[in-house]
Amino acid sequence: MTAIATIRIQEADFDVGQEIAALTRDRTDIGAVVSFSGICRGSENGEPIAALTLEHYPGMAEAEIKRHADEALSRWPLTGLTVVHRVGRITPGENIVLVLTASQHRQAAFQAAEFLMDYLKANAPFWKREEGLKGSSWIEARGHDDAAAERWTKS
Amino acid sequence: MKVKYFAWVRERVGMAEETVEPPADVRTVGDLIGWLAKRGESYAHAFETPRVIRAAIDHAHVKPDAAIAGAREIAFFPPMTGG
Repeated sequence: MTAIATIRIQEADFDVGQEIAALTRDRTDIGAVVSFSGICRGSENGEPIAALTLEHYPGMAEAEIKRHADEALSRWPLTGLTVVHRVGRITPGENIVLVLTASQHRQAAFQAAEFLMDYLKANAPFWKREEGLKGSSWIEARGHDDAAAERWTKS
Repeated sequence: MKVKYFAWVRERVGMAEETVEPPADVRTVGDLIGWLAKRGESYAHAFETPRVIRAAIDHAHVKPDAAIAGAREIAFFPPMTGG
């Protein structure tokens, strides 16, 4: 069967266990699930932060995640895929993003999860603003995120 | 066409979206950035370093040389920092 990606952008937190259970419920074609959670750190470059606020481009964010999810489904033999990205104010220790990839064997699930996270970081229209001790500022994009996405480009 | 701004581009311009009607010689995304930058101080500040500005036409990433003819919605924003 062809897997269908579940994609959600939401302010509410998510429960990783519940998401895995929803992905695997009543299924016997899944032999591996890889779970990646991105979590809000309590410091950035040694400076403590109080919270992150995530802004997104509604419409394009969903479209861009779906485009990459569809590419992952076409490149690896996945049997399930879930992406949840939170927006709004997120405090240290809270979840930011979840990627779940399911397949019959682990290799496809590991590779697809890494591919999706690399692409989401570099291409999905989300922006983080951090609240520190001296006020708030937009987090700058890091060149190594672009490089991480670039390595998946087929030559 | 509708133009949308996000993150610090939105803050510097001072609004999230507007409708603009650029003249016919504004043909590409890069031309549009140049034209917007001349609309006032806030725009000049937002677009002072065009190479860091990312753009999308109708929800798809585009390069500065992309044609804007037929676009319904063009968005400008900084490099993305999600995930």
